[in-house]
Amino acid sequence: MGLLTAVLIVLLLAGVVALVGAPLRRRHGPDQGTPTAGEAGESRDGWLAPGSDPALDDLEAAREAKYREIRDAELDYRTGKLSAEDYGSIDADLRTEALEILDRIDRARGDAETPGSERDDEQG
Amino acid sequence: MPGLGFACLLLALAVCLYGIGASVYGARSGRVEFAESGRRAVYALAAILTVAFAVLEIAFLRNDFAFNTVADTSSRTTPTFYRAAAVWSSQEGSLLLWAWLLSLWSSLALFVTRRRMREVAAYATSILLGFVAFFVGLMIFYANPFATLSRVPAEGVGLDPLLRFPTMMIHPPMLYSGYTLCIIPLAFGMGALLARRVDADWIKAIRRFAFAAWLFLGVGVLLGARWSYSELGWGGYWGWDAVENASLMPWLTGTAFLHSLMIQEKRGMLKVWNVSLVLATGTLAIMGTFLVRSGILNSIHAFGGATLGVPFVILIGVLIGSSIYLVVSRRDMLRSQHRLDSLLSREAAFIANNLVLVGLCFVIFWGTYFPLISEAFTGQEASVGPPWFDRYTVPLALVLVLLSGIGPVIAWRRATLANARRNFLVPVLAALATLAVLAAVGVTHKGFATAMFCCASFVFASVLQEFWRGTRARRAMTGVALPRAFVELVRRNRRRYGGYVVHIGIAVLFVGVAASSSFQHASELSLRPGQTSKVGSYTFRYVRPTATLTPQYDRAHTGSTLALGAVLDVTKGSRHVATLEPSEGFYSSGDPSQGTVGSLIGGQPVSHISLNGGITRDVWSAVAPEIEAPQLQRIVRAGNATLGPEEAIIALGVLAREYLKRPPPAQFHFIVSPLVMWIWLGGLIVVAGALIAIWPAPSTVRRRVAARSLARAGRPLVRA
Repeated sequence: MGLLTAVLIVLLLAGVVALVGAPLRRRHGPDQGTPTAGEAGESRDGWLAPGSDPALDDLEAAREAKYREIRDAELDYRTGKLSAEDYGSIDADLRTEALEILDRIDRARGDAETPGSERDDEQG
Repeated sequence: MPGLGFACLLLALAVCLYGIGASVYGARSGRVEFAESGRRAVYALAAILTVAFAVLEIAFLRNDFAFNTVADTSSRTTPTFYRAAAVWSSQEGSLLLWAWLLSLWSSLALFVTRRRMREVAAYATSILLGFVAFFVGLMIFYANPFATLSRVPAEGVGLDPLLRFPTMMIHPPMLYSGYTLCIIPLAFGMGALLARRVDADWIKAIRRFAFAAWLFLGVGVLLGARWSYSELGWGGYWGWDAVENASLMPWLTGTAFLHSLMIQEKRGMLKVWNVSLVLATGTLAIMGTFLVRSGILNSIHAFGGATLGVPFVILIGVLIGSSIYLVVSRRDMLRSQHRLDSLLSREAAFIANNLVLVGLCFVIFWGTYFPLISEAFTGQEASVGPPWFDRYTVPLALVLVLLSGIGPVIAWRRATLANARRNFLVPVLAALATLAVLAAVGVTHKGFATAMFCCASFVFASVLQEFWRGTRARRAMTGVALPRAFVELVRRNRRRYGGYVVHIGIAVLFVGVAASSSFQHASELSLRPGQTSKVGSYTFRYVRPTATLTPQYDRAHTGSTLALGAVLDVTKGSRHVATLEPSEGFYSSGDPSQGTVGSLIGGQPVSHISLNGGITRDVWSAVAPEIEAPQLQRIVRAGNATLGPEEAIIALGVLAREYLKRPPPAQFHFIVSPLVMWIWLGGLIVVAGALIAIWPAPSTVRRRVAARSLARAGRPLVRA
């Protein structure tokens, strides 16, 4: 194995260690706490990106899907695939379902904000 | 540099193993930093394998015959264009390509999802790394692309002449991109099951990757068909070959998934079905790779050896077993949230489409693996041919095309019979009009073609009606002019209308298949210069022979030592249609036992077809010159006896002159096929439709821009 090859291998190895080890070093740094999911108990908050909540994400995905369904039903009606009667009934159902999702989003946001603000207060 | 390449493989394996451990530990313990480190291991892996691939590519381009792989699959006479592609013609190089592409796609998928579904992504990371570790392990222990020779040969064996075709530069990377992209949804599907997060979020995260896998696989399959048509000298584009089938099966299940995922997104239904389709598609992709690389089934496309069979069988067994376990153990979480409202709904049409696609896949699976199944039960290997496949796939293909016209005109949730009657009126009339025209022309005796033309007309009419009604509705809602309303309609509903374009492309493609297979005229015969042959309404006249020497004069630029061919004049009645110049290339074998002259042309001869293609028909020709003719073999024998390697080319010059002066009869294959070009055009339309559907919707782009703007505005406030 030539010198150049050896140097390249060492450089590659150093790069890999730097890239892969960076998150571990950051966590063990002096200014970093240990807000890991394990230590945060069952909430697994450590998994979440700032401002993220899996339940809320699911609800927002459901809201987007419902909006799309409402738009699709309207397009189906306007292109003659649904009768006015069927469209009225489907659209009403979809809007009711959308409102339910919006209510649940509001509740989830309320739930998410309360402990979050408490934590902010504690940190502050 | 072989040392650097092999060190990269060792390092890659170490990174995979570390990444798997870190991701699983991170996911199970909730230690985010380990999951993050595991994700970065995938990025590092992509960088390492990029270096490894570059080392091998450079070795091929520099003719570094110290590398065993380069000496086996390349040579100085192989044109540079094909030397670059020769990397993936070898067993070892293709395994490296597979691992490299998977590491790149995995990096992209994990980068895109870095702020979402972290627990699912952590499990997915470990699964993706597991696949790469498998392929890297194969290279380290079974097929090392960086293995070196103790004695470096002056010249390599050369690239298989069959692979010296322009689309071979992109066909394998396309197919392998498709296969490796199929692994992304599989990994996230398994990750969602392991993390017990089986809502629509993971489907949303991998939707574009599933679409990209489908697109790449489709393009790869089509390029393979084009290669078969243009290079293999038999004039067909699909022969139900095991490897062709292996690439088609994940495409079929992927198509089913792309339809059924919409039902899960909208209605929360078919969760078990969708996750099963994703797992099946990934497993079929691995099985496709297994077929190409294990050499377990006979195929013109199989380039592997038998050594990799056992590891692949173990991997496939583990995949199937773990998939079944995960789906069964999580069945309670995969319950549907709604029921089907009506059998007359788009959901029902999609379910029917899924059943047909999976049925097609099952038929092809059974036919492809029948040799193995029969051997397991009877001890004798038996295989089924194209007629068996045609018997079952033709009716299913007809139903599939018909459904692609029915789906667009039915509403989601429920449609009424009155609306259905009104929406189906124009498509049914179009199909009946087509039938009347075919009857008037007198071609209804071909049942499959007639049925396919009618079904395709039904699809064209239903999709065009959808575009027209949608545009009209858009104009009524916004008051803009029709062209703008059309553009806005498509722009605001990319998935829907991109999908409709795909349906048109599929119908066009099947029209090409039906016409070219039902109304083809072909002839195989021996001709001397001046003689003619009638094929359908076309006359082929063998005008004169041709002979070209050395790679730089090779008409097809494939590096053949000698090419013998013919000039053909094609006429229809008294009208000149085309001048065709098919030839056959003879390549160096590198085998000294064939003699100095014999070894220059002793490799596998490859047909260079010549065709005159058009929108209505292709006129196709191939020639097999009689190189074994006594007067030509006398020259070869005399050259072998008297000339050294440096002068051997002189004998080929004499042979070429003799061929031009006293040509022996040559064997010709002529085909006149209608609408073959529709197959390639249909493929292009499918790609265009897929690109429309896959492109991010304007609202998504706006949301991302808005989010970025907010983030930008937010940062200084946070700092302040």
